Order: sequence, then C-alpha cells, then structure tokens
Amino acid sequence: MNETLVRADASGKKGASVVIVGGGVTGLSTAWWLAQEGVDVLVLDKGIVGWEASGRNGGGTTHTVSTLFKEEQRLWPMMDALLGYPTEFRPYRIRVGLNQGQLDLYWRIAGVAIQQGFTADGLDPRQVRELVPLVGENIAGGVFCNYGGHANPQRTVQAYAWALQDRGGRIRQHTAVTDIVTAGGRVVAVETDQGRIGCDVLVMATGPQTRLMAEKLGVTVPVAPARAEMIVTEPLPLMTHGGIDGGGLYGRQTLRGNLAYGGGPHEWLEEQGLHAPRAVTTPITRSLARRLGDLFPRARHVRVIRSWAGIVENTPDGRPVLDRLENPGNVVIASMSSVGFGLSPASGRAVAQLATKGQCDFADLRQFGVKRFAALGPDWREKLGWMPWTPEASENLVEAAP
Amino acid sequence: MTLGFDPTSIAGKRFTTRPHVPLVVVGAGPAGLSAAIAAAKRGVKTLLVDENPIDAGLMGLDVPLFFGGRMDASVQNAGRLMERFIEARPAIAEAFDLGIDVQLGVTAWSAYGKGPTAAAYGKPLLGLADGEKSWLQSFDAMIVAAGARDLPIAFPGWDKPGVMGARAFQALLGDYAAFSGRRIVVLGGGALGVDTALAARAAGIEVAAVVEIDAAVSGAAGLVDKLRRDGVPIHAGRCVAGTKGKAEIEAVTLAPASGQGDSVEIACDTIVVAIDLAPCIEMFDLLGCACSYRPELGGYVPVVDAQGRTSLPHIFAAGDCAGIADGALSDPAHAEAGGRRAALAAATLLGGDASPDESVPPPAPALVDREGPRLRWLNAHVRRGGDDMIVCQCEEVRVRDLIGVRPPRYLAYDEARFAKRNLHALAVEGQVNQDQIKRLTRAGMGACQGRRCRDQVQMILAAQGNCTPADIPMASYRAPLRPLPIGVLADQDEAPEIRANWSAWFGIASQWQPHWLEPVEGESEGSGALFGGAEK
Repeated sequence: MNETLVRADASGKKGASVVIVGGGVTGLSTAWWLAQEGVDVLVLDKGIVGWEASGRNGGGTTHTVSTLFKEEQRLWPMMDALLGYPTEFRPYRIRVGLNQGQLDLYWRIAGVAIQQGFTADGLDPRQVRELVPLVGENIAGGVFCNYGGHANPQRTVQAYAWALQDRGGRIRQHTAVTDIVTAGGRVVAVETDQGRIGCDVLVMATGPQTRLMAEKLGVTVPVAPARAEMIVTEPLPLMTHGGIDGGGLYGRQTLRGNLAYGGGPHEWLEEQGLHAPRAVTTPITRSLARRLGDLFPRARHVRVIRSWAGIVENTPDGRPVLDRLENPGNVVIASMSSVGFGLSPASGRAVAQLATKGQCDFADLRQFGVKRFAALGPDWREKLGWMPWTPEASENLVEAAP
Repeated sequence: MTLGFDPTSIAGKRFTTRPHVPLVVVGAGPAGLSAAIAAAKRGVKTLLVDENPIDAGLMGLDVPLFFGGRMDASVQNAGRLMERFIEARPAIAEAFDLGIDVQLGVTAWSAYGKGPTAAAYGKPLLGLADGEKSWLQSFDAMIVAAGARDLPIAFPGWDKPGVMGARAFQALLGDYAAFSGRRIVVLGGGALGVDTALAARAAGIEVAAVVEIDAAVSGAAGLVDKLRRDGVPIHAGRCVAGTKGKAEIEAVTLAPASGQGDSVEIACDTIVVAIDLAPCIEMFDLLGCACSYRPELGGYVPVVDAQGRTSLPHIFAAGDCAGIADGALSDPAHAEAGGRRAALAAATLLGGDASPDESVPPPAPALVDREGPRLRWLNAHVRRGGDDMIVCQCEEVRVRDLIGVRPPRYLAYDEARFAKRNLHALAVEGQVNQDQIKRLTRAGMGACQGRRCRDQVQMILAAQGNCTPADIPMASYRAPLRPLPIGVLADQDEAPEIRANWSAWFGIASQWQPHWLEPVEGESEGSGALFGGAEK
C-alpha cells in the first residue's frame, strides 16, 4: 500500500512535510495530531483560521452514527487538557420531545448510541422541567443522553490553532492556495498567492471548496455548498446542562448563558470559487425564533441579539470523504460533509494517520472513500435537487394585510 | 412544493409579507421626513417607518442610544412618548396629509435581497417589528435615513448609571421630554458638546462643566462665549480621572490630560459623553452595500454618490447616516437637502416624477478631523484608567483582556499559555480582526449589540496593532438590528410548506444512519411535519 512518507524533521521554511490546505476545524485538528508526533506540518488558510463553518456551527459533539463516534466521546472530555486552551466542552445532551412522535424518534436515535455501549435515561415531563426550567407544559418527555455534549466552536478552533503551534506546527493565514503542483504521480508543492510551498504529503481539508481544489488534481470529489443559519439570545441563568435539543432545532445554552440555536431550511448555493462571500441570514430567522419559543415557552420574552450564517458542504450521501488517494499517491482528502466540528478530535487523528501511515487504526474508514462516487454523473446535484433557486418576481411571497 | 428541488431546502418556500410598497424610508428624522415628503410629492407611494418611541426595556439596555439610565418614569408610557415625539416633528403631520403610510414605533430590524449566499428573493424584503410582533415588507427601493448614534468613550468609573451619550440626551430632552437628571457635566467642547450644553441650559438643566481634552475648545466661539456668560465652567486640557457614587454617578473627577497638575471634583448626576457621534450604517452592512472608513465623516459610512445612491441601485442614504458634519448637527437643512436628493434618485428609479429639485441646498458643511479628538480622549482615559478599565460593559471585558485576548473570567484557563497569545502575537500572523477578537474575548457580544464598545475596541486594536483605525476591518453588523424578544421575532404567519418540510439538518437519510448500515436514499426520519412545529 502506501509507503510511510513523512519525515519528522523536514528542513527549510519553503515547505513542510505535511501541508494542510484549509484551516478549519478538520485541518487544524489534523495538524495538531501531526504536530504532537513531531511531524513538520504547515496549515494554509485563505483567511483567518476557523472563520467559516468551523466557527459558526451549533457546537454539538454527539455524532452517534459515525464510525468516529466512540473516539469523539473518548476525546472530548480531555480536550481542554490536551490542547491547553479552553474549548468550553460540557458533556451530555437532553432531547425534549414536544409530542410523542418526537420522543419516539429521539429514543430510536438514542438506540444507536445504546447499541455502541452508551446509556440514555427517559425523562418524564416533570423531570424535564426540573432540568430545563424554560420548557412549558407542552412536552411529552425527554431523553437524557449520557454521552455527547457541546463546546464553543470559535474558542475550540483557536485552541487547536494555538495548541498545534505550541507543538511546533505552523500556520499561515491569509495564504490562498491557487494551484497544486505534481511531478511523477505525486504532489510536490502548492502554489499560493504568497509563492510556492513544497510538501511531501498534501492534506486537502477545504470544506466547500473541496470540489474545485480536487479538480486541480483531476480528482472528482462531489460536494455541494449550502448555507445554514442560527440565532442567539441574550444571556439567561445557566441551566444544569446546556446541550438541549428539541422543536426541530439544534444548539445549546452557552457557558455565558446565551441560547444559540439553528435548524430549518438550508440553501444550496452556486459554487463561489476559492473566496467565500460573507454568508447572510434570511427571514428563516423568524422561523427559528418561533421554534425556540415553542421549545422554551418560558423564554419568549428573552431577546434575540444576533444571528449568523455559515456555508457547509455535503457529499451526495452526507457521509465524509476521508481518503488517501492512490493517484497522486501522497494526498489525503478530508471533507466531513457538514458534520465536522463535533467529530474533529477524532477526524483529525484519523486524517493524521492517513497522512503518515496510509490507514486509520481506530476506526473503519472504508465507506469514506471518494471512489464510492465514481458512478455519479456530473449532474448529480440536479438529480438530488440540490440546486439554487431564485423565484420569479413575487413568486415566493404571500401578501397578507395586517 | 417546487418539483425537483430538495424539499428541506429553501426552494419553493414562501415568505408572508405585507402588501408591497415601491418605496420605504427608514427614519423619521429631518432627512427621512424630507425624503418621504419629497418622494410622495413626486408621486411615489411611500412607507415611512421610525422606531420611536423606543421601548423602555431597550433604553435600559442602552439600545439604540447610550441612555445611561437617565430616562424618567414617563418612558413607560409609550402613548405619551408617541405624542411628544410627534409634537417635536411637525413635518409628520404633513407626511400624513400627503398620504404617506407613516408607521411610528416600528423598528426596521433587517433587510434582505438577492446575493451570492441567498438567492431566494424575487423582491427585496424589510424586516419590521413593533412591541408585539414582527413582519416582512416587500419593497422596490429604500432610503435609509437612520441618523447618527452615540460614540461612547470609556473612562475610569464610566460603568455606572448616569453616564450617557449626547444623542441619547438629545432624544430624552427633545423628543421625549423624559430626561431625569438635574445637573450634568458634558465631555466634549466641540460643536456636539457645546450644542448639548446649550440645549441643557435652555431646558433649565444645570451644566456643572464642559470638559475638553485639548487645550482649546473647538466649538463655535460665539456659542462658547454664551456658555461662559451663562456661568458654565469650561475645563480645557482635562480628561476624566474617575467618578464618585455607589449606585449611580454623584460626581466626576477631572484631571489634567497631560498628567501634570491638580484634579478637581465636580458634583453631578449625569455625565454626557458628547465627544462625537457615528453614522448608523447597520442596514447598509446587512444589505452588502459598500462601506468605507472616512474619519472626517465620523467613521464607517456607506459609499454613496452625490444623490445618495449606494453601491446597490435600489438602496439610498440620506442624512447623518451617510456622514457626520458639525454644521449638520445643529442645522437640519443639510439633512433635509440630502433627503430631497435621495427622493429624486429613488423617484427616478421607480418611474416617478424625476424633474430636478428646485430648492437651493445649503453649502456643504465643512469637514473636520473627527478621529483625532476621539483617540486623544480614549488614550488619555486608558492611561488614567489602566488595564482594569472596562471597555465592554455587557461582557465585562477590560483593557487588559482585550490586549491579552483573554477568555472571559468564568472560564478556567492557563494564564501562562495565554501570556504569549496577545494582540501583538496575533498581529504578527496577519491584520488584527475585530470580529475575531470579539469571538475570543466576547467584547461586543452583549445585549447592547456592541453599541457601547465597538468604536472603542476598534481604536484600542489599532493602537495595540500599531496601525490606524482605518486598518481594522469593520466589525460586522447582524440582524436583528435591535434586540427583539423571541416571541416578537417569531414568525406567526409561517407558510405551511416551511412547517411541513422542516428539518434540523439537511434531511439526508444516509447522513443519520448508523455506519454499520448501508446508506439508503431519501429523506431522513427527522424531516418533515414531525418537527415542523406547533400550529398557531
């Protein structure tokens, strides 16, 4: 298979043993794991690290369906100590069912974790109200997940960045990769707007830009960009556990006390090229507020103070691409398909292993190969309906007098 | 549903809106009223909205002006405030008479239009709200006449009730007749400070001092003389060394700006920070209008042409929100002229009467350096107040926390590690970015939405990054532009297809299946009506 390629002490400032394109949470975590092993790693980001989806998500760390789930659960409680900087990680999730149908689904979902050796407890409405004083009378019950949790995305990405630097890894911000240089079936360098940077191994962790970046290698990685959005409230007194889901929303109460929640219709976008425009919010803000009020009726007087949006990418089956290519032989593609933040401690370790050893020794990554999409035609987005949409004139407006 | 599109995406989803209007004017100050009236006279059907009277709860948060808790109890009576507001603006009656739809007490909290990351709009939309509910308003063109906001400058002891801004003082005194103080000290001896002091005197309020950081006050000589004759002490070359008072301001201590010399304590119940104002550009930033940093105009302003057209053809700017000038602070003729220009430009776009405006505008007001005085004041106070001086009151971020890029106090962290992660270190890795610093320190993330600190943080970041404020990329603005209660923001008229197809996250079935199962196609279990939300 693939040889071990990385030299622990690559020389020269012009390159690195491992160059990681993309300073989001996946690229940063990978770099941190590599740096811990003494690998000479350099992260390149077109802007500030963690600026895009990595810093804009709901902070959830509860991805029960993933092969990386167990590692996610093992690592998160240790991350503050491992990184040396606070992530604000707190364990557990509470899922509030506003009706029996929702509660039943939450139990089915919990079943996935239970099958993997974790536990969950049922909560009757009274118990939910004790733990989550903001809920109202309109609940069927809840599920207390003794796994999972939440962290602060912005603080976490910066923690990865500083931690990897503490261990000798390097980051170059405001450095956009414009091309990839190959020779003899291997990537030898990337071209950037600051000059050429040589590498022994290339990790591509470029999120929504992955399709365009991989195209430079003649490799097809089908991902489509989409915009999602969230709202956040002023701070409230802290509830015992902040990782509370319900009402069709994901999110959490932060350690400062704000409620930060998202959900609802995303928007499939045209590809924007290598420089992402600022993602904006939409009137879906109001639908989020409605559901937040349904989940927490006792918080209906609480003020929403901010909203934001971010751009994620999804593969056709919504599952990651974590793959060491055969040709070129020294490239790892890493897209977490819109569920990157929570799994990042584990995905970084996996990608670091793909970069150094060519395989992952703690999780089965076979279903994350890019070849699974080989039969997909170029019109896959149309077939899935993952297309941008602009209404004609007032087609998407319903007029109603006050 | 829209055939062939992902049902959990925005495709095909409808938004409920009030009946369409061609033109919306945001802000019923001199510029906005003038713009609306001119547009109506040009045959353009116009909606004019103004957030006044402001909700007392928002005033308590120092939103949208720096009220400092100096409102009296009458602000609880919205009806009374509305009456007073209308009395203070006679042009409102003319606007009604011309058939303009005048909606007071209505806040414009967002605006939407087609862009690279949001395309599901056939018409631009404005997000509006009153005290009870929110709604959307579709429009063709908008004139933003959002005016100016306070520019708070920290000083030691400023985080107490009784410290307020000049624009808030003007609103409480002039628009609402609801100012609760009796004896004020005014910081700032320029046009703004002098106007503030004179307005206070005219209303029978004692002005215990006007304070100026520079050796000479820059306010108009005639007006300054008037203050002196009125017995108002002018303290030049001084800044604030501290305040007295447990629950609220009871006195201010002034010290020489140069650092040498005696302090003087002045009893007062209110300190009005009248150093400067800043243009209200939130709406422009939300819409993606190009903005640029123009210190001589008061900071960031929308890029506009002489008629007030922004970089978006359907969005216009009029009045102080397009730039501050001393002459315009006291003379509404400038704002009114700007309103008429924008109305002509909007009417031209909308097919109304585009005949030239016959009125003669006042000569453009002189522009002065607005950045210098702000920096001198803030730097003097940072020296006086030291690293422990609070900059962001909402999140209790001090000067030392900003410089050190420290997490908030409620987090445990290793001080030694953070010692080398300060602003200087970040500046080495690339231009310091205020949004990034905000996320790491929480400065600007509070309920006042950064109104009390964003300008100061920008100045401090510039000083520490050894650059000018112009080099700091503008910190972003976000909807809602005013803090709105969840229950008010909530969409009570949500289209049924949004409910019927709601998904927390994408609804891709194989994304939520255990990895030991083969991926299946289709929608996930968690999409659709199950999580659509309760019917009304």
